[in-house]
Amino acid sequence: MMKTFAELNFPGRLIAVEGLDGSGKSTQIYLLKRWLEAEGIKVYFSEWNSSELVKSATSKGKKRELLTPTTFSLIHATDFADRYERHLLPLLRAGYVVLCDRYIFTAFARDVTRGCPPDWVRGIYNFAALPDSVFFFKADLEVSLNRILEGRPKLKFFEAGMDLRLSADPYESFRIFQGRILEQYLAMAGEFKFIVIDANQNVEKQQSFVRKVVGERINLARFRRRRPLPLPPPLPPDSKVKDTEEDLAA
Amino acid sequence: MKKPMTHAEGARKGRHYYGHGIPRFPLEDLVGKLIVVEGADGSGRSSQIARLVDWLETCGHATVQVGLKHSTLVSSELAKAQEGNILSRTTLSLFYATDFADQLENMILPALKAGFIVLSDRYIYTLMARDMVRGMDEAWLKNLYGIALEPDAVFYLSVEPQELVQRNLAKNAALDYWESGMDLGLSRDMFDSFLKYQTAMQAAFRQLRKNYGFTVVDGNRPVGSITKELRKKIRALLVEK
Repeated sequence: MMKTFAELNFPGRLIAVEGLDGSGKSTQIYLLKRWLEAEGIKVYFSEWNSSELVKSATSKGKKRELLTPTTFSLIHATDFADRYERHLLPLLRAGYVVLCDRYIFTAFARDVTRGCPPDWVRGIYNFAALPDSVFFFKADLEVSLNRILEGRPKLKFFEAGMDLRLSADPYESFRIFQGRILEQYLAMAGEFKFIVIDANQNVEKQQSFVRKVVGERINLARFRRRRPLPLPPPLPPDSKVKDTEEDLAA
Repeated sequence: MKKPMTHAEGARKGRHYYGHGIPRFPLEDLVGKLIVVEGADGSGRSSQIARLVDWLETCGHATVQVGLKHSTLVSSELAKAQEGNILSRTTLSLFYATDFADQLENMILPALKAGFIVLSDRYIYTLMARDMVRGMDEAWLKNLYGIALEPDAVFYLSVEPQELVQRNLAKNAALDYWESGMDLGLSRDMFDSFLKYQTAMQAAFRQLRKNYGFTVVDGNRPVGSITKELRKKIRALLVEK
């Protein structure tokens, strides 16, 4: 069974948010980040599908509609692995609170909805440790759909799940696709101990709950930035050494 | 998951995916033949493939050639990432798997469906061996490559590392960074690193052979006699039907 970062004795902690597009999870994790920063906590934020290296391949694949369920899954796993190995792991070793807007559960839900076998997807991601807390923002399907569809945005091909040929109408396809993803999320909520948040409530109410839970679960004092160290002596003018962040030296 | 089978030399009975495969390509549709040539740089893979293509086409077979890092999807990004040597091992492994999957679905399987003979310059075994040498878990790799089709024949051109070093230097007057396993820090001396790395790769191939039985071809011999042996084995495969 996979373990959390705390169980693996990492000094850092990882908090993830999951939920459908339009569930408000990104707003909530942003507000959580603002709070932790104001508290002087060493915090880092990482977003799904954002590795610079993999990005050009992913966007090419999406634009030209080259992706199949298999390559869609693998390219997102590559993106995740890059962020995991180059950012998340070292930061967690250095005692950061890492906030992830989507984590492996997004892949579990989406890839399985696209028809990839659950065991295969989970096997691929088993190099990753589990978050110490996962907040799942559960809004009524209609509420999430309306938030996204209200402005009649131009839905992207894969975003709408058009590759699944659920409907020729992108909006209808999006509805069916999101409904299936929600089912997948709910099916794993117990197994991965999701902290389920009623995302139909107002923003403030949700945020104060999130902050309360984080405050209870994490001894924030342990994650405070140290006071700035005294300035080092000036470097000789020809030196190529760059300033290092004072708290990484801690 | 299906238990991998071990095989008689060259020819195989029945099609299999190693795991769940690519469901939109049912096995019974894949009427062509998939022939894989494996081996290190300098083992003579490309020369043999060129000769086989020539021979097969003369005999009236339609062929398609595939190789690693040739996908439309990620090949250029992969090359760029490799140049800078900035990817960690899991990332690089998954990037290669993406490249492989893209070619499997868009080249290999459609060609087999159309009755082509597909000649693959390396296959999942090289990818797995490289990762195993870098400490990745074999079970993880086995799951990852459960998408792959079991080839009709896999020929592994086995050449002694000492001979490989000579061939690579004779051809390029230099050793390749990755084929020398320089990212592993085995030795700062490229010559030493190459020998150590290629020895480790051969051990990984021996390990893989237990589960993915392939035909070992002595690649230390002259090009012509290797071609002769390959032709003989492939001919047997083609008449079998």
